[in-house]
Parts: sequence; structure tokens; C-alpha cells
Amino acid sequence: MAYTKRSDERKMNELRPTSAKVGVVPNADGSAMFCQGDTIAIAAVYGPKIFNPKHFQNPEKGVLRVHYNMLSFSVGERIRPGVSRRSQEISKVTEWALTPLVLLDELPGTVIDVHINILQANAGTRCAGINAAAMALAHAGVPMTEMISAVAIGKIDDKIVTDVNKEEEDYEDGEGATDIPMAYLSNSGKITLLQLDGKIQAKRMKEALEAGKEACKKIFEIQKNALKEVE
Amino acid sequence: MVYKITRKNVLEAVTKEKRLDGRGLLDHRPIEIKFGVSNKAEGSVSVKMGKTEVVCGIKMGVAEPYTDHEGEGTMMTTMELLPLSSPNFEYGAPSVNSVETARIIDRGIRESGFIDFEKLCIKDGEKVWSIFIDLATINDDGNLIDVGALAAILALRTARFPEYDEKTERINFGEFTDKKLPLNEDKMPLTTTFFKLGDKIFVDPTREEEDVAEGRISIEMSKPGKDEMINAMQKGGDASFSAEEIGSIIEEEIKVFKKLNTLVEDELKKEKKGAK
Amino acid sequence: MATKTKKEIVIPGEIISKGSDFLPGDWTMKQGDNIIAIRLGIVEKYDKIIKIIPITGVYIPRRGNTIIGEIKDITMNGWMVDIGGPYSAFLPLRECPGFIEQNDMENVYGIGELIVTRIFDVKRTSIDLTMKSRDRELGKIQDGMIVRVNPHRVPRVIGKEGSMINLIKNASNCYITVGQNGLIWINGESIENQAFAKRIIEYIVDNTITEGLTENVEKWIVENKPASIKSKPKSEEKVEEIQ
Repeated sequence: MAYTKRSDERKMNELRPTSAKVGVVPNADGSAMFCQGDTIAIAAVYGPKIFNPKHFQNPEKGVLRVHYNMLSFSVGERIRPGVSRRSQEISKVTEWALTPLVLLDELPGTVIDVHINILQANAGTRCAGINAAAMALAHAGVPMTEMISAVAIGKIDDKIVTDVNKEEEDYEDGEGATDIPMAYLSNSGKITLLQLDGKIQAKRMKEALEAGKEACKKIFEIQKNALKEVE
Repeated sequence: MVYKITRKNVLEAVTKEKRLDGRGLLDHRPIEIKFGVSNKAEGSVSVKMGKTEVVCGIKMGVAEPYTDHEGEGTMMTTMELLPLSSPNFEYGAPSVNSVETARIIDRGIRESGFIDFEKLCIKDGEKVWSIFIDLATINDDGNLIDVGALAAILALRTARFPEYDEKTERINFGEFTDKKLPLNEDKMPLTTTFFKLGDKIFVDPTREEEDVAEGRISIEMSKPGKDEMINAMQKGGDASFSAEEIGSIIEEEIKVFKKLNTLVEDELKKEKKGAK
Repeated sequence: MATKTKKEIVIPGEIISKGSDFLPGDWTMKQGDNIIAIRLGIVEKYDKIIKIIPITGVYIPRRGNTIIGEIKDITMNGWMVDIGGPYSAFLPLRECPGFIEQNDMENVYGIGELIVTRIFDVKRTSIDLTMKSRDRELGKIQDGMIVRVNPHRVPRVIGKEGSMINLIKNASNCYITVGQNGLIWINGESIENQAFAKRIIEYIVDNTITEGLTENVEKWIVENKPASIKSKPKSEEKVEEIQ
């Protein structure tokens, strides 16, 4: 049976209900919560601060460190607390996604720590994490040239869909499910996160990237409004 | 990370029995409870006391029982001090603090008889339910033991079994039943940690107050108003306590316990109403 | 800073001016024909310069700022001071009034002690401090209480021409020194007075971006003042001699 209707009855290019809030961790220099459908991510930023021990410091520019992890009860089958290979990989691609935005040249010898935790997971966790982290960085007053928004585009059977949910991720009929998380910068429109899990015909990639661009514009509006509500 | 002058302030305020935020020595900060923070967990809750926030998720699993408890389910408590919640927490193996906190909370629940472990048996000697009590800090402003312990109890009280397929002997995660966990609600344990500074005792410290405190005693108590039972106790920190001090702490705990117990029952009633 | 309705906050990357009407000031950047904000904050235009006033984030040191710092270490030439924010600060021996012997340095300013000091120079990765100043507020803190607030709330705590800080001083009968780095020193005759001043400051900080803040603060003070505190008569403003 071809995939003509989405499992939660959304339009092909429709995002799940999305919301964001800034300032959820009082101890942090900046923090935010980002909810994409049933996926909930919290990010907290500590810094810029002096990078100790001194030999780790880069005298030319600041360093951004990202740690991403899912809480043990965020998924159906419990995850053992602690770092996993998956969380290490996601931490790294998130770091690469966020670094181009931050004016690290203005912050030599310092470090900025970004902590991302997933409270509840229903696909698109690394994207929700990036969306939360971007807001947390802005909230922390880190100098940035623009914002970043991320979304998981999918190819479910032969349909390009926006904001994949867990059921779609697990779809097996027809051409199966392909998950393509991507992140766009708000001004330059450049892409700083792009991954693919599954397979897609080369000629359809453009369509997927377009869908992602449109979705990220909508996500950007939500992030912007949440930041303007800061107290 | 407390300034010397702040130590003096806290000491003076506590000695005068009027804390810096205007509270009395045995007053709690405002408590905020939110149920269902993770719909993937069998039960979950967020508890705030003042600015401190801890979340708890209950996950269930199926396992073989321990050889000396063949007809009983198992339980494990973990407390993650997330680096997200404080500039003082680091990544790596669980710190002594997180292990001690988890174990204090665990003992109180285990000893109280709150969980009917025998009703967690699926097949005697072969298959039992395991309860995982997973705690994580969201913001540390002191008193993590009490906030964590309260979160654990509230999460357990609202948790329900996931669907279990008897033929395949596997859990259908994501599918929940209406069946609550086998709990003896009249044995529900609540924890209060009493902190000591000089010769004064106080509860629910902010991070500043906790860093200045010289010692603490955590007491887990159950059975309000009917011959209270102490299910766990732990003394921590360098300070020493006289027998009289411990006696008066227990007296105070009975009062605090009663207040907390009323609060818990009220919150659970509200949650039940809201869930309908 | 004028009390207005909630001012519009701009986010990093937001275009705040087009063409050449303005020159880019603090926390802004030219991008093609436009000027964009590079930090979360409120836009301010002054003459031909457009800049961003940050409302969140760590302290940004400025030459001439009076700040409160903690002595971290003592070296041959001076003291290493923690003033918050990402850079280390140094108080050279030569910037202290009078003659201090090397082995007396610990007694003058010891490790763990707090000082009210001034920023003399801001370099790329370090800050120089000085204790030399014509006004008498610089020196070591011996008594009283320290409150930490986000440095970007400091202007609100001080108020237009000091109006807010004077309100707090009078209501609590305390001396208050505000460090631009967000540390505030309160000194009063009793801990109740000081704790009250602290709570007023915390109220202000929790309600900064609102209209009518001054009236709200006055109301809060009346509602929450402990009976034991007597206000200072408004006519006096003693200047304290600090060692």
C-alpha cells in the first residue's frame, strides 16, 4: 500500500505541533526547551568562560564543546545512563553544525559548553537538540552572525515528508523509510548539518532539501518568537 | 564556590533562625509538581523546590529474579547529576554524590514495604518485573536528595505497567495498560534531610546554604500519624550530632513528614482528576 | 535608562538598519548593505551609531567600570582576581596606593577576599585593574553581604541617575555598592536589613523588563518590609570610609 496518508494525518509538508521556551535552567548562562511533536529537548549553555587547563586554550579563538545525550526514560526501551556511541556521534555533528555561527574569533582562550538532553523521544531528536541549542546560545548572549534551524525530512515509500515521526521512521512497505536530518542557517541559507539514514534516488535529493528549507523557515519563526519573549 | 563573606551571612542568618530568603529553619521553598514529563516512561514527574528541579522516569523491564528472592521483582535507582543543571557537575563515571543520593533514596523505598515485590513476579524463579527508578537533575539549587526522593515516590504512584505479551515473553514498549504498580500506599516513604550549621538544624537549603552546612541527616519515614516508621537514615558530612539532637530531629521529622504527606496526597488527587 | 513598555528585543542575525543611515556600534556587524545584530538584546541609536544593549549573558568588561572581584592568587607583581566572565583579571602592585611589601601582600588582600576595584585597561585576553581612584569607594570588603545578579540587570538596579538604588538604600537603611559585573555589596547595621535589601534587588531583577517598575518596587517594599527595619531619613547620604 503506497504511503498516501501520513500516520498522524498531517500534510506532507506539515510540521508537528512545535513550541519553544527560553530560560528553563536558571543556573545556566543560557537555556531553552524545544518541543517538536512528542520530542522534547532541553539545552543549557555555560560560557563563554575561561578554558582551563591553560594548555587546552586556543589563543586565536574560542572553543565550542557540545554534549548530547538522551535520558534513560526518554524512549520505550530504557537506555542505560551514560554516553553511547550514538550520542558521541550526534554530539560531534551538532558541534559542527553550530560552530560556523558563533564568532569564536571574538572569544580567544575561552570555552563555551553546550549540553543537550532529550527528555522524550519521538524521532527528530538531534534536530530538536540543535533547535534548542541555538536558542540557548542566543540566550547566553554568545555573539552569533545568524540562527540555525533543523528538521528531519523523510522519504517514506516514495513521498518526501517534513518532520518525520517515529512511526514513519519505522515504515517498511514500498521503498521503506529514509531519514534525512538537516539544518539551515537563517540568513545565509547555508546547510551545516546533513545526514542520511536509508537511501534516496539522487534526483530526489533536491526536493528533500527544498522541503527542509521551507520547514526550517517556519521553525526559525518559532525560535525567534521564543527569544523575544525572554524575561 | 561560596564566598567567605557569604558563609558568614548564612551562618549568621541561620543562627538567628531567619534565613536570607525570609524562611524559618523548617520551612520549605514553594514546591511545584508536574506529572507526565515523558510519555515514553511508565511513569514520570518533575518536582521543583524553589529553583531546584529534578525529573524522575520509571521504566519497567523483565528479568530473571535474584537467586535468594525467586518470587520477587527487582528495583534499581539511579541519579544522574546532569552537567546541564550546574556548572559544578562533570561528565564521566557517576560521582560519589550521585551514587550516595541514589542509594539513600533506594533504601528508603526498598525497606518501607511500599512496593509489593511479590506481586511483581511473573513466573516464579524464572521471570519477574524490574522497576528502574531513573532520576536526573535539571537545575541544582540545593537539596537534591529530598527533591529526588519526592520525585521517585510521585513517579511510582502514577506509573502503570506496559503491555506484556505472555507468549513471546516480551514487553510492547509504548503500549500502556491501566494497571498501576503494586504499591502499599499506607507504607509510602517520604524523605527529609536535616542540615546542621553550628547548633542549628534546618531543611531545604539553597545551594549556598547547603555548601556552608557542616553535616546532614536524611530520614525516610512512612505511616503518618500512626506510629511512624523510619525506613532509612543516613548521616553525611563532617559534623557530629548528639543523641539529643538526633532525638529532636526525629520529632521535627514527624511534623514535616505530616505536611509533606498531605501535599503529596493533594497533588495525586489533582492529577487523577486531571487525567479523567 | 528610561522606563518604557517592553522594548523590542532583536536576535542574532536580525537586520536592524539598511543602507548607510548608521554606523555599526557594539554587538553589530555590517553585512552587505545592512547592519545586523550579532547578540540578543535591545537596539539603541545614538547620534549616527546603532548598537545593541545586551540583556543576557556573561559580563563584558569595560574600561572605567567599578566591579567587585575575588582574590584568586598572589604573584610577585600583584593579585589575580576573578571578576566573572571569560577573562582573567590582574591587579598590579603598582596600582595600589601606598607602599606594600612583598610578604605583606596576603594581609592587604588575601586569597578568597573580595575587593571593590576598577578596570584600568582591557586587553585582548586579560584585564588590568587599579585601586587608585579619586572617589573613596575602592577597597577590601570586610563585612556585609554579597548578591549576584546578571550584569545586564545592573542598570535597572541603579536606575535613572541612581533613583532605584537610592530607593533600595533608604528602604533598607543600608549602604550599597553596585559592581558593573553583577556583584552587589550590601552593608547595613543588621542582617535583617541586608537580607531585605537583597530581596528588593531580587524582586527588581525578576521584573526588569516591565513598565512602571519603580511604582511596583515601591509597592513591594511597603508590602514586604519587616517591622524591625527603620528607614533612613531621606535627607542623609553618608559617604563611608573604606580601608
